[in-house]
Amino acid sequence: MKTILKAENLRKVYKLGSLLRRITINALDDVNLVVQSDEPVIISLVGESGSGKTTLAKVILRLVEPTSGSAVIYDQVVAGEGNQPSHHQFLGRVQPIFQNPFEAFSSYRTVDSYLQTTAQRVNGLSATDAIGAMESALSSVGLKYPDVRGKYPNQFSGGELQRVSIARALIPHPQIIIADEPVSMIDASLRMNIINLFLSLKDDYKTSFLYITHDLATAYYISDYIAVMYRGTIVEFGRARAVLTDPHHPYTRLLLDSIPGVKRKWDRTRLTLADIETKEYAFEGCKFRNRCPLAQDVCTHQRPPAIRKEDGRDVYCHFA
Amino acid sequence: MIKLNNIIATYTTVRGQVNAVDGVDLEVPTGTILGIAGESGCGKSTLLKVIYGDLTYPLSMTTGNVEYGIQDDLGKEITSESIRSYWFKRISYIPQSSMSSLNPVIRIRKQFLDFLDPSLDKRQVLEEVRTYVQQLDLPSEALDAFPHQLSGGMRQRIMVAMATFFQPAIILADEPTTALDVVVQKGILLLLMDLQEKMQNTIFFVSHDMGVHYQISHSMLIMYAAKAVEYGDSSDVFERPLHPYTKLLTESLPTIGDEHVRQGVAGRPPSLWEDLRGCRFAARCPLATDFCRSNEPEMVEYRPRHFAACHYAETNL
Repeated sequence: MKTILKAENLRKVYKLGSLLRRITINALDDVNLVVQSDEPVIISLVGESGSGKTTLAKVILRLVEPTSGSAVIYDQVVAGEGNQPSHHQFLGRVQPIFQNPFEAFSSYRTVDSYLQTTAQRVNGLSATDAIGAMESALSSVGLKYPDVRGKYPNQFSGGELQRVSIARALIPHPQIIIADEPVSMIDASLRMNIINLFLSLKDDYKTSFLYITHDLATAYYISDYIAVMYRGTIVEFGRARAVLTDPHHPYTRLLLDSIPGVKRKWDRTRLTLADIETKEYAFEGCKFRNRCPLAQDVCTHQRPPAIRKEDGRDVYCHFA
Repeated sequence: MIKLNNIIATYTTVRGQVNAVDGVDLEVPTGTILGIAGESGCGKSTLLKVIYGDLTYPLSMTTGNVEYGIQDDLGKEITSESIRSYWFKRISYIPQSSMSSLNPVIRIRKQFLDFLDPSLDKRQVLEEVRTYVQQLDLPSEALDAFPHQLSGGMRQRIMVAMATFFQPAIILADEPTTALDVVVQKGILLLLMDLQEKMQNTIFFVSHDMGVHYQISHSMLIMYAAKAVEYGDSSDVFERPLHPYTKLLTESLPTIGDEHVRQGVAGRPPSLWEDLRGCRFAARCPLATDFCRSNEPEMVEYRPRHFAACHYAETNL
């Protein structure tokens, strides 16, 4: 089996503030994760803002250097300790899609010029072959090259432009696409078109996806595996259906209870909310202990280890 | 009752004029939460601006008027012209991003007091605000902070506290929780629902998230391309929608535990600059016929207090 994604003791520490009032934030605090499969998979990374999910994506995309530890994509170390592929090889294996397509493309450049650059630089194609690569990538996202050629970003809707950015990411035939909140800027009626596109690309292009989102419902809909993060640590990781229909970690339960669903009304008891956010990153024990209904003394002193359950999931809780 | 009578709100741009709200007619019972949903550019935020009386260039109300049903201190009806002097006291506004509506270099308490009548004793009001904030289980020190010192969720809860302090008759909330995480969002929505139950304000709540509306809204207004397409009690709109767009909105999003394949809606809303004829949803509608493409549907009351603008709404009855 191939190791599609692996994070090994991954840490990223940010230092903020002045010399005298230095704060360190453990944006990733000893993150361990392994997904092995022969088939392409969709892995979701969910959590609230400040959970470290985007930092993990940036480490995998080599946009930030990890403080220690390593990240592996398809049996190859891409960041941290170990032999890494060259930048050129890396771009052929891992491609990003970002949240806001209007920020990803310059408004002064035609969008097809981005596709062309990718085809020529990463795939090493000639200008004429590049057109063929662009045509096939665009048709796989439901667009036609003549409709895109020579157009600027403001001539597209958000959903169409996000399709173009997916087409660009497909040109090098990457093994995995890292998609950071790819649909959160897209209107509800168009969102599912993009989500369904990921599913069909997984089958047709054999591309795996790392889908980073705060939306648990779409994560449930498309993913094979899911990792729930909180303050730089993973709290629960396993098969998406198992984790989301039967959560074991109290934080996963809290997240699921807070989704405003259209089937069941909320129980109207008030919630206690976290207000010491920066302190939680520095906690030695469990980072969720201040909000946790199950917390006891041991949670203050000892980081909960990964507890492997029968269904293969890992739960990081002393009492799960 | 708050009445919106045939409101047309227009933006003046270098390209000419465009109607962001194009003929909205609505009666909202006092003391209810009206949810307003639709995609970006459908006119929902503009409608709130009109109700708030925030009609500054390039926005203007070309036709129509708002009957607020509230009187000033002398017993005279408040109108769109006079509503500005009652901001925060009789009508208040909770924006999406309080960071961009609060001045970053002035403490929150001072920004709040600046809204008040000069005749009031500011010190006394501030003490009352502190007590009120504490009653809501919020730390009153947050009032002494600068906006950037608070987390997004805390800032938004303080905004809710300030917006409700004078027990205004009307509260306008424009995507107040969109930028927040789900747990924080739930906390704020529960707070707002509690306060509304006590004070019986009329709340206009704009959100693109149908799940949020299901949780808090008593009635729903669905907008599409500057038009109202459906209006009715939440239970009707969610369980027995009449307009195909509403159906697609509620059915398109996945839910946990449900394995059905979901489809998005092909195409996109028409540009408001185009020559808009017939039903504006026709290009994306599964039921559309040639009749729809040439005749604009009117809002019709198909059930008691349940309106829809669709020629084929009866098929959903």
